[in-house]
Amino acid sequence: MKNKALSKRMRNNLLSYSFILPNFLGFLIFTLGPILFAFILAFMEWDGNHAMKFVGFENFIALVSNQRFLAALRNTVVYSLATVPCTLVVALGLAILLNQNIRGRAFFRTVSFFPYVASLVAVAAVWNMLFSPSKSGPVNMILYSLGWEAKSLPAWAASRDWVMFTLVLFSVWKNMGYYMVIYLAGLQGINSELYEAASLDGAGRMQKFRYITWPQLKPTTFFVTVILTINCFKVFDVVYMLAGGSNGILNTSAIVLVSHIYEESFGKWRLGYGSAVAMVLFLIVLVVTLIQFKGEKNYANS
Amino acid sequence: MQTVDGNKYRNILYRVFLYICLLLLTVVMLVPFAWMLSSSLKLNKDIFVFPIRWIPEPIRWQNYIDIWKRIPLLNFLVNTVKITVIVTAFQLLTSSFAAYAFAKREFDFKNQLFLAYIATIAVPWQVYMVPQYIFFRQLGLNDTHLALIILQAFSAFGVFMMRQFYASIPDSLCEAARVDGMNEYKIWAKIMLPLSKPALSTLTIFTFVSTWNDFLGPMIYLRTDTKKTVQLGLRMFISQYAAEYGLIMAASVVALIPVLIIFLSLQKYFVAGIAMSGVKG
Repeated sequence: MKNKALSKRMRNNLLSYSFILPNFLGFLIFTLGPILFAFILAFMEWDGNHAMKFVGFENFIALVSNQRFLAALRNTVVYSLATVPCTLVVALGLAILLNQNIRGRAFFRTVSFFPYVASLVAVAAVWNMLFSPSKSGPVNMILYSLGWEAKSLPAWAASRDWVMFTLVLFSVWKNMGYYMVIYLAGLQGINSELYEAASLDGAGRMQKFRYITWPQLKPTTFFVTVILTINCFKVFDVVYMLAGGSNGILNTSAIVLVSHIYEESFGKWRLGYGSAVAMVLFLIVLVVTLIQFKGEKNYANS
Repeated sequence: MQTVDGNKYRNILYRVFLYICLLLLTVVMLVPFAWMLSSSLKLNKDIFVFPIRWIPEPIRWQNYIDIWKRIPLLNFLVNTVKITVIVTAFQLLTSSFAAYAFAKREFDFKNQLFLAYIATIAVPWQVYMVPQYIFFRQLGLNDTHLALIILQAFSAFGVFMMRQFYASIPDSLCEAARVDGMNEYKIWAKIMLPLSKPALSTLTIFTFVSTWNDFLGPMIYLRTDTKKTVQLGLRMFISQYAAEYGLIMAASVVALIPVLIIFLSLQKYFVAGIAMSGVKG
């Protein structure tokens, strides 16, 4: 009797595993494996060909004295600190605008979503032309005709002072449509009776925003902030294409963490050191994720 | 009476303000694309003429003919379509298959297995892209499309998304089918799969767009020019012929079109997918 029950349970398990297996096998070998390997590699010295050597924390010690790493870390943090609030504000404004009863709403929503789905290589090529550092670049032409002095026209991504600004501006433009959609869903989840009651009490638009919309959207804002922060720390392509020139080599005013991982690993084949940089990236993302878990619990309770 | 008039006046003002914002938005969003299209139909020397001439005079279609000869663009497109379609198909099939077990069946180690999936979603790909590459190289898959396909075909995100959707389908449907003597594979194929069309569409468009636009993956794996994807090929062209603005823009337009078509036809599901992930948080 007991045997029969056991075999039934085994059969049930095997049947379930057969569903999971095709995906799990690929996942285990090609994702989970490399992740565990990355943790080990961070404590090794390896060029990918010769024997691996255990070096303890040496890679991490090397990080602290590497100017390019420090620049990459600082740039990534600055980029995130600027991009997250800007994108948040623009996305929220956009969502409120496109949640109004206006003509052609569907069209405008599609339009604001366009840059997000468009290929980065293609739109970056356009931006590089529009924000050309020379005086003949269209944006500089407009600034010049508005009275900006010809000598002090910004060189955008080609200048140390403007490169971060250009990257942030581009990122906000490219991604705001995505976060707008999340905000739109949040706005549509607000009980309309709240607004009706506020109208009866004589509340104006600003007051409604301050006392209803903003507090009601708090969980959404929290979620958007977390996702945005994580995505900002993973930045690579945008920097590579806007600030990398023709060979993709970045100077210390624009280098970010992922570029540093890339150049050290695939350029110099210092795989252990590259993995140590990757661990720093992982730790930052992990902290943000843990904050999210904690925050979600709070919102679920209240 | 006066306050009613005042309100009306304020409302009109507000609406004017709204439409000005909308106009501004449309300009900011679309001008780069208009510039791209316009420049793709111009001679290089006419592109940086100021004030900007939006409709080229004369219209130069030649760029769209030359571009196919200057770089193996067709080759790039075929490679990208191949990779994108196979990845999307694999992703849909294996994800929905695994998600069925996670959502509708009870078995040992279910929670532990699912936790493994969730945990890896939190690890950015950039963290393990290097060891993953070394592993593929060891398997002899360096510079192959197969490596890129495998790389993206088994995502944890797909399983997670499909499971969330399946969980919202009532269990009683499966129970009833079981009573009718349907086996589990049939229930997945005949009941769950047809019901999950919206989720499958969402997963399709997400996978399609991200695979089509992927840059770092192909950059790491593909060496041979004829194996490159559209994004990589386009970037290569841009860095080699930086001054061929007209051709670069024409190639960019070509690289954009497939994603645009997919996006416009499946837009509804894209928005639904993002909204779902947002509301969840």
